[in-house]
Amino acid sequence: MVGVTPLVAAQGLAVGHAGRAVLSGIDLVLEPGRILCLLGPNGAGKTTLFRTLLGLLPPIAGTLTLGGAPLSGLSRRAVAERLAHVPQGLSTPFAWAALDLVMMGAAVRLGPLARPGRAEEARARQAMADLGIADLAGAEVTRLSGGQRQMVLIARALAQGAAAVVMDEPTASLDFANRIRVGRAIRQLADTGTGVILSTHDPDQAAALGDTALLAGQGGVLAAGPVAEVLTSERLTALYGIAVRRETLPDGALHFRG
Amino acid sequence: MADRALIPLLLVGLILALLLAAATGAFPIPPGRIVAVLAGRDGDAQAAAVLWNIRLPRVLAAALVGAALSGAGAAYQTVFRNPLVSPDILGVSAGAGFGAVLGILLGLPVLAIQLMGFGTGLATVGLVLLLSLSLRGGGQVLVMVLCGIAIGALAGAGISLVKLLADPESQLPAITFWLMGSLAGIKRPDVAAALPAIVTGLVPLILLRWRICLLALGDDEARSLGVEAGRLRLLVIACATLVTAAAVSMAGVIGWVGLMVPHMARLATGPRFDRLLPATLLAGAAFMVLVDTAARSIATMEVPLGILTAVLGAPVFLWLLARGARTWSE
Repeated sequence: MVGVTPLVAAQGLAVGHAGRAVLSGIDLVLEPGRILCLLGPNGAGKTTLFRTLLGLLPPIAGTLTLGGAPLSGLSRRAVAERLAHVPQGLSTPFAWAALDLVMMGAAVRLGPLARPGRAEEARARQAMADLGIADLAGAEVTRLSGGQRQMVLIARALAQGAAAVVMDEPTASLDFANRIRVGRAIRQLADTGTGVILSTHDPDQAAALGDTALLAGQGGVLAAGPVAEVLTSERLTALYGIAVRRETLPDGALHFRG
Repeated sequence: MADRALIPLLLVGLILALLLAAATGAFPIPPGRIVAVLAGRDGDAQAAAVLWNIRLPRVLAAALVGAALSGAGAAYQTVFRNPLVSPDILGVSAGAGFGAVLGILLGLPVLAIQLMGFGTGLATVGLVLLLSLSLRGGGQVLVMVLCGIAIGALAGAGISLVKLLADPESQLPAITFWLMGSLAGIKRPDVAAALPAIVTGLVPLILLRWRICLLALGDDEARSLGVEAGRLRLLVIACATLVTAAAVSMAGVIGWVGLMVPHMARLATGPRFDRLLPATLLAGAAFMVLVDTAARSIATMEVPLGILTAVLGAPVFLWLLARGARTWSE
């Protein structure tokens, strides 16, 4: 992969609030089509890291580039072209139609006075169709299930067309089937060349989905690298503070037991 | 789609409301003759004088005030992500009220009273914004709203003090009437004075109407979609405040319209601000024209508008709620 400009690259990055670091010493590189899984206990600073990557919070130390350009010099629009966000849930009190919410991904390509037209609507419908949720277009997002909302938000990131996507615990609080659906959608996104950074509390999921993993805990990075190397019994035991045993299932998948 | 029929429907409704309002009064003019009188093809000089000098300024003022308060309410509700917000949330009405009643107490001429109301309304919101930006968590919606409540309470105390000091025979009735809203005695210069501010405030809201939708998602989400959320929200607040201050300084404090009309319009258009705003402007204009017509024709004396908007609006609003039509989540 020599010569590929990383979609996201951080070196010696420290993130936190009001000058106080909650997580530091972060080195990470995200290449096109790759999935990076971020694991760590609650309060490890995963969401703070995401907010920093998105330019919503200034980094406390270190360098951070998106598509080779230093984040600090990028406008909101330039950041949104490089990195999309799939939040954990919906925060709007209004009953948007799912299609309208997905279409908001077009804001990055539209001028301030423009409204989405046919091209934007077609793109939004395509994103929903790609994820198998075309039939939700007219549904009110406040009435959707958690899994459906997550898919709608992923569709919005698709419609945004950013080179990379960060997802904050995309499968948290989803049932079994929706977890699998969302996992497939994430894999599909990566297969089209989009880079994905996601946080998860499930080491099995990280092993199944991720190309690389980063373990964050106790204010720093415990390990980072290819999932099979990073996700060991010893490291997860140290990370979560309970005994964890790694098993390899007959199909080669990794499984972790408490 | 019902969507496409809505705006023409509201437009027809507004025109009918305008005709009805122009026809109604102590000197009735049949609706059929209004167009002829306006075009100068009707020989009745008295009808022409009534229409041009009294009826038309008042009817247009009502339409302007209704559109202004409703449009500002829709904008405030969207940027504060709360369907219960009214244009008064940052203290514009309380501030404008304080300035205007102070003007009445000082015995100033009408135009000066209006100007004072306009100025203090804008200054109040400016103070709220400055305060909220300088406090910890600068610029956050919650801090902004709390600052608005605090400054609004101060302005309310000022109003009470002025009422206490006012001459109960001559000034107090005028103050009370003003605080409940009225378009009695509106003249062409009053409308001409308020029009530029209302248009100046509404045009950016109309031009930016789709982008404003994204503010309903919250700052972080809007920013991650490529929108300068903080800057855009300040612009929307500035425009909505300008519009509200102009309306309040002309017509007094008319509650309820800015909360209710956007709500009712949202039931028809959904939450998209770019669809909501045109519908809200037309519905608000028509509603206020009808309310003002009622205010000057149901009794021998003028009924304050604030009383009528509540009496007419609240039952309709409750009826809509009872029907279970919801456009926001619980």
